[in-house]
Amino acid sequence: MSTAAPSPTEAAPSAASEAILAKLAAAVGEDAYCVTRFRDNIRIFVTPAKLIEVLTALKTKAGCAFLSELGGADYLKYPGRTGPRFEVHYVLRDLDTAGIVVVKAGVDDPDPALPSVYGLWPGCDWMEREVFDMYGIRFEGHPDLRRILMPDEFASFPLRKDYPLRGRGERHNFQRLTREES
Amino acid sequence: MALNPHKGGSDLIVSPSDQPEVPENVFLTTMDSVVSWCRKHSLWPMPFATACCGIELMAVGASRFDLARFGAEVMRFSPRQCDLMIVAGRVAMKMMPVLQRIWLQMPEPKWCISMGACASTGGIFDTYAVVQGIDRFIPVDVYIPGCPPRPEQILRAVMDIQAKVQKGGTTFGNEGLPELRAREKYVLARRDTAAGTGIADERGDEDRFGYRIPGGPSQLGIEETR
Repeated sequence: MSTAAPSPTEAAPSAASEAILAKLAAAVGEDAYCVTRFRDNIRIFVTPAKLIEVLTALKTKAGCAFLSELGGADYLKYPGRTGPRFEVHYVLRDLDTAGIVVVKAGVDDPDPALPSVYGLWPGCDWMEREVFDMYGIRFEGHPDLRRILMPDEFASFPLRKDYPLRGRGERHNFQRLTREES
Repeated sequence: MALNPHKGGSDLIVSPSDQPEVPENVFLTTMDSVVSWCRKHSLWPMPFATACCGIELMAVGASRFDLARFGAEVMRFSPRQCDLMIVAGRVAMKMMPVLQRIWLQMPEPKWCISMGACASTGGIFDTYAVVQGIDRFIPVDVYIPGCPPRPEQILRAVMDIQAKVQKGGTTFGNEGLPELRAREKYVLARRDTAAGTGIADERGDEDRFGYRIPGGPSQLGIEETR
């Protein structure tokens, strides 16, 4: 193993990723978001109001044509956290230069809602449905925002931190069939 | 005693004076046991395979382990043609109504094998989405432990089912074994009691799974019926 290779803790974002960031700053200005770096990640934090603007600029002006991943997180009672309770992250890739950035948008109780990115990437359809199913974050403008994994009659959002791991009795709330009846 | 007038077979016929004479190779039995004997050697399984146990189930059907030796090789994917349901794999709470519906669609008489740790107890998946044992909601005849079970265990379960068919079957249906009927009575009594109260006879699920609900066995059911 080469000693010149950086260890994971020292790894820095690639030049391609930094180039995406430079193009984004040129397109929308640096005031629209704030950036942090961790190891080889670039995280772009935006407010929900600026989300579509920043994502559109990343897609059309910074070359990030591919929405690689869309997911949510619940930071309820997270140590030291003061921001909004939920975060939705969008992992964008530039497939030509292999650059990668993560856009994060915070959203808070009650009634968390974000604009849908269906107009930019129709592939976000099921990913947004999953985030809605698991966290209850509504994506306004989504054409078909239904539950995707849990049954339609399921009443909770199971990946929220205040939902117990073993559920609230949903898994045992069925009619019991006996041999006499079946 | 008399000499056998027919050619072939033994020369000697033993016929007690108070019993009718029965020719050789003729057996007397009951209709029920003949029907059960036919039934147990032509089980038609319904493979309800939802996870890795299903792969072992395929191995059982294939030539190395050869379920055909027990007359149960005719896997049908329509429940209306089956009489043995093999639930192989974990059952999610979204799948439970489907499982019950398939069970109801199977014609009588019918039997059920709960194959593997997940189908029997939920296994390691003790979460909101996984049913903790299908026997909470449908009747089960034979449980197979293992994760996944060896194919030999599945063959053994089929043999156990065969023994059960022979022992508990009647001409017109599957009445089950006496101990199972007692258990079913508990289930029916359990359903009619209010949530939070228990019936004395019931072997509590909390004892089965080795944990205690605050309040003891008499409080059984609060968590499940809420």
